Amino acid sequence: MRRMLACTVLALAAGAVQAQMTPPDELVKQVMLDIQRVIIVDKDLQGGDRAKTIRVIEEKALPHFNHVGMTALAVGVHWRKATAEQKKRLAEEFRTLLVRTYASSLSAFGDQKFEFRPLRMKPEDTDVTVQVRVLQPGSQPVLVEYDMEKSPRGWKVYDVRVAGISLVVNYRTEFGNLVRDKGIDGLVGALATKNKSLEADRGGSKK
Amino acid sequence: MSARALALVAALAGAGCASTQSDPRDPLESVNRAVYVFNEQADEMVLRPAARLYRNVTSSGLRDGVRNFFSNLDDLYIGANNLLQGKVEQAVSDLMRIAVNTTLGFFGVIDWASDMGLEKHNEDFGQTLGSWGVGEGVYLVLPLLGPSTLRDTAALPVDWAGDPIYGHAPVDERNAMSATRVVARRADLLGASRTLEEAALDRYVFLREAYLQQRRSQIHDGRPPRERPPAD
Repeated sequence: MRRMLACTVLALAAGAVQAQMTPPDELVKQVMLDIQRVIIVDKDLQGGDRAKTIRVIEEKALPHFNHVGMTALAVGVHWRKATAEQKKRLAEEFRTLLVRTYASSLSAFGDQKFEFRPLRMKPEDTDVTVQVRVLQPGSQPVLVEYDMEKSPRGWKVYDVRVAGISLVVNYRTEFGNLVRDKGIDGLVGALATKNKSLEADRGGSKK
Repeated sequence: MSARALALVAALAGAGCASTQSDPRDPLESVNRAVYVFNEQADEMVLRPAARLYRNVTSSGLRDGVRNFFSNLDDLYIGANNLLQGKVEQAVSDLMRIAVNTTLGFFGVIDWASDMGLEKHNEDFGQTLGSWGVGEGVYLVLPLLGPSTLRDTAALPVDWAGDPIYGHAPVDERNAMSATRVVARRADLLGASRTLEEAALDRYVFLREAYLQQRRSQIHDGRPPRERPPAD
């Protein structure tokens, strides 16, 4: 009897968590529209203010990314060979690079229209792809796909595909070459150098 | 035209034998990199400045019109490729696009068809060969044309034959239209090339991976198999 009660409580608790967890397609929609809303009312962001843009991304988008999982996928077979410290640094540098790259395309977000494709998923699914068509005045629509997995802290993005080009697959060969030639520390170093050069480039001019 | 392309492939294949690079998809990497550097320089000196100028002197509405005009010219050939791939429904939709845009859209300048839900497709003979099961072969960087594969290069003469501008008779008109098309397309990619510069550790590799991925995705009409993070 007690055991049954415990089970019921557990089931109820699980149900509560389930109810709180935003479905992946809904989450993508909320986050994208939220970011767009912020950009539309902010002249600095439209003008490409770097520091501010990066802050918006870190605050609104990053919490929904599994950036360690993304890094693991991009590093591929070499990930297992990395020490805990190396993994941590790799994930940090890769995250910085992605945020900076993303930041340079975000000012266009204001003019874009999104078509959120309905997601057909079963309740037991833990790995889905959310599709969004991005319509920009005067360009062909671009399909953006978010590969997402369910975690205890909500659905998290672990890869983004733009027009069929997967971010993690694209980096995998580059990362593989660097690890082969210079080891994992070499890859960490190359990412850090790249991040510093991006920062230096932006130092002089804001645009 | 096709003889020249073949000679080019042969020259590249011959030159590539000395290569010691290890990526099996890109045995000609040393030659490809040289062509890539040449293309980058040509882009930087000629095409990119022209594209920037074009962007600065035109309104976005005019650029839309130019893009739509050329896009409309492509639709017949795109439809033919859809037919060759057995995608009859898409081919019919391409024909309807042409009918709508050429008439209501003033010779293609306005893309009413997209607003009506007739989606623009992206097809070429390289994709048709791919859908027939022809492998992509080695990766190639073509002078001025950029990333390609052996299959896509072999398909180029067919694409050229199917291009209404290449087949257009008066030479000066044809040249003017080709030039406008190239500059207008480059202008559309100004943002993308900046992202490439920022995102890539090695731009050559980044562009190659992006090209190969995109072609695979186009051939499977957007649904190649996907991956999961490793359990750790």
